[in-house]
Amino acid sequence: MEELLKVKDLKTYFYTYEGVVKALEGINLDIYKGESLGLVGETGCGKSVTALSIMRLIQWPPGKIIDGEIILDGKDLLKIPEEEMRKIRGSDISMIFQEPMSSLNPVFTIGSQISEAITLHQEVDKKEAEKRSLDMLDLVGMPDAEKVMKQYPHELSGGMQQRAMIAMALSCKPKLLIADEPTTALDVTVQAQILDLIQKVNKEIDSSMLLITHDLGVVAQVCSRVAVMYAGYIVEIGTAKQIFKNPYHPYTKGLMHAIPKIHVETKRLEVIRGVVPNLITPPSGCRFHPRCDHMMDVCKKKAPPTVKVEEGHYVACFLHGGVK
Amino acid sequence: MGFFDEWKKRNESRIKETKFTLNLFRHSFLSMLGLVLILFMLLVAAFAPFIATEHPEYATLINPQGKRVTEERWEIHFDEKLEPPSSEHFFGTNDYGYDIFSMIVYGSRLSIKIALMVVVSALIIGVVLGALAGYFGGWIDEIVMRVTDIFFSIPGLILAMAFTAALGRSIEHVMQAMIVVWWPIYTRIIRGQILKTREETYVEAARSLGTTDWKIIFKHILPNSFAPLFVQVTMDMGAVVLTAAGLSFIGLGASPGTAEWGLMISTGRAHIFHAWWYVFFPGMAIVLFVLGFNLLGDGLRDVLDPKLRR
Amino acid sequence: MSKYIMEAENVKKYFPIKGGLFSKIVGYVKAVDDVTLKIKKGSCVALVGESGCGKTTFGRTILKLLEPDDGRILFEDKNLAEIKGKKMREMRKNMQIVFQDPNSSLDPRFTVKNIIGEPFTNFTKIKGEELVKKVLELLELVGLKKEHLYRYPHEFSGGQRQRIAVARAIALNPKFIVLDEPTSALDVSVQAKILNLFQDLQEKLDLSYLFITHDLSVAKHMADNINVMYVGKLVETSETESLFEEPLHPYTQALLSAIPVADPDYKVMRAVLKGDVPSPANPPSGCRFHPRCPEAKEICSKEEPELKKVGDGRLVACHLY
Repeated sequence: MEELLKVKDLKTYFYTYEGVVKALEGINLDIYKGESLGLVGETGCGKSVTALSIMRLIQWPPGKIIDGEIILDGKDLLKIPEEEMRKIRGSDISMIFQEPMSSLNPVFTIGSQISEAITLHQEVDKKEAEKRSLDMLDLVGMPDAEKVMKQYPHELSGGMQQRAMIAMALSCKPKLLIADEPTTALDVTVQAQILDLIQKVNKEIDSSMLLITHDLGVVAQVCSRVAVMYAGYIVEIGTAKQIFKNPYHPYTKGLMHAIPKIHVETKRLEVIRGVVPNLITPPSGCRFHPRCDHMMDVCKKKAPPTVKVEEGHYVACFLHGGVK
Repeated sequence: MGFFDEWKKRNESRIKETKFTLNLFRHSFLSMLGLVLILFMLLVAAFAPFIATEHPEYATLINPQGKRVTEERWEIHFDEKLEPPSSEHFFGTNDYGYDIFSMIVYGSRLSIKIALMVVVSALIIGVVLGALAGYFGGWIDEIVMRVTDIFFSIPGLILAMAFTAALGRSIEHVMQAMIVVWWPIYTRIIRGQILKTREETYVEAARSLGTTDWKIIFKHILPNSFAPLFVQVTMDMGAVVLTAAGLSFIGLGASPGTAEWGLMISTGRAHIFHAWWYVFFPGMAIVLFVLGFNLLGDGLRDVLDPKLRR
Repeated sequence: MSKYIMEAENVKKYFPIKGGLFSKIVGYVKAVDDVTLKIKKGSCVALVGESGCGKTTFGRTILKLLEPDDGRILFEDKNLAEIKGKKMREMRKNMQIVFQDPNSSLDPRFTVKNIIGEPFTNFTKIKGEELVKKVLELLELVGLKKEHLYRYPHEFSGGQRQRIAVARAIALNPKFIVLDEPTSALDVSVQAKILNLFQDLQEKLDLSYLFITHDLSVAKHMADNINVMYVGKLVETSETESLFEEPLHPYTQALLSAIPVADPDYKVMRAVLKGDVPSPANPPSGCRFHPRCPEAKEICSKEEPELKKVGDGRLVACHLY
């Protein structure tokens, strides 16, 4: 498969009054053309920060991308000037957010917002932009698309708002769509529709997707590959089958056992002891070691390197290699 | 020693939060300036008898309207009248030979007294009414708000004149008039906050735990509603003094001879060209007083805004 | 003595919609429209549905945090409509609630001691050293530590805040607790711990629960009985196992198939519903589900289906049956 985006050793820190929050401590990710990569983790693990870093939307103060490379089409996005990055945002890389209501401008009609996204990146006149906006709304299955063009965000339901956001994000046929918890705020039956939609549209436009979520079910149904994050590190990455059927990292395993499953009888849920660490004073060595039942001495001293356990499946854990 | 340690442990969180607030505050130069100015004023007022070179006397008498009032009397020295600032009289003297520096110093006491009395009284009235209106809503809310609207529309100046005409010219009467027109703003502010706070889940939780309405108001709602009031109250301290000075300037309020900054400017008008110090120093005193409170209020607003905090 | 701790019959809760120049009442949001639900002592009953279905409103109404517009609510055989004022407050010792959002259900200016101590100060004369002792006992029960006693809510994580809320709810040994989406705002691993905590407490303290949630997998894990709500009405009631083996109502079927399963091999034939969840202010005519129902017939848009008995302890409101 051809590579679209390569993230190398990405480090993002936040300088706050209480101290330096080491949100991302050397992330490595590859996204290939035409695939959907799921980025899973719990609150505070850094998945949203990863997305914002790729889009270079980290605000200073207090956040700063300290180190690393983000290579798209041979260019390092962290080294190009801001005007160039602005051209890339919205056209090459697009993003949709969790709360559609707060991401859509309440004083502009849906039509004008999508058209704005189009005219910003493409050399077309207003009429052409409007026509393309309408096409996008049809593509995302918006009922009564013509009427919706003239409506304001608050007149739409949550599901329709999210469709509008997707239409806006895909209006310039991006190479990469970053979806940050796109269905978390939606009802289950609507979520199913939106997930189906995202998959279908991605295929039609032939774009890749980085799907960020804490919902393992969503990831299992939608993504071909999955990366598991914990406290600023990627602890495991592989195909969806590998991660769900054959997890290696103790954290991944713990997550799998903590979910109540419908088709499996669970009397009592297994828990991962301890709590998510404070990223101002993270644990030394492997950040998961205080909560790990298989902790060894070396885990306290050094951060585990990423090792290959099978084809396309990598883990950052001393249990599976890296101990010299 | 054990007691203090115990206290420290209990209030560990509160101490940490206060330190954070103070630190934020410290980083704003203007807020610190405001704080310094006010502390300076307070010190001057507190130690007035030790700082001033001359001292007034106070006499109580019955005024023409039959009310008992206190008058301030300074020693007359016609031989020293209208002298420019010197080593003996730092700010010069006025047309009766009073030492202007001492008048300014004692004037700070009067100004602080006025500011505190008016603001605190108005605050008490305003908060009680606003709390009732906000929490109980319904017809209580309607009545209180209509009453508030009525008082809002009373012109303060006219009222002050009416009080003066009926009760006699005295700073106390002017303060009373100011209290009457000042409380409505506090009612509005606290009511708005309470309307917001009472929808919070923790208020519903308190209800589900069987907490009585009164306890909910005093323990949950009011403490969480005070923040905007802090800013308003701070700025009002300066505004009240400015208003009182203005009223004294036009002849309502402080009786002649009192060391009130506004009154001094008023009498000083006649001598403005040959004795500039008569108007200048009281004017500066007012400016610094009001400026200090405004800067402090601004600083507080920034510091207390939860969005700007972290 | 009834075997039920809570019996709610034909409960209705409407919210008036005001409009026009003089704020006249132009309509009603029928948040809860004739719902009957019974909870056996010592059991856990789930109330499941999506947003706007009225489950949260129902939970609050049976505790009389909201005044019901109609219906009978019996708590331990006592009719709550007849209990008012101080007596109602006293009743609250026995029936508690844990809210969904741990961030807003704790007063940010109260220390943990004050938060958990509040029920004690409301109903007992316990204070000082004795109060501290009781609060520490509760902290231990919910898995928190002594050091947390004098801290403020913002210093804790979501899961810990929820534990504080639970400690507060069990302080006076209630018999019945409404759990209103208690883990929806929490991470997966934290959710697991809190759910385990609920199970432990149920055993230790002999509690009965009404578990409100939108997550069917959590409902399956926790509850003995499941009630499914849609736009203010109850559409299906059943014992947990039977519901999952054979969901009867088309909505229940859609709900089940819409849940993304954490298993990439398990590709379910999704009965993907069209359209959005309707607003309870303007519900569809007849059966409220008919515009989205894949099996809708003509009668469905005209007549509202009654809750009928279909098999052992199962009720369905659908014209198919």
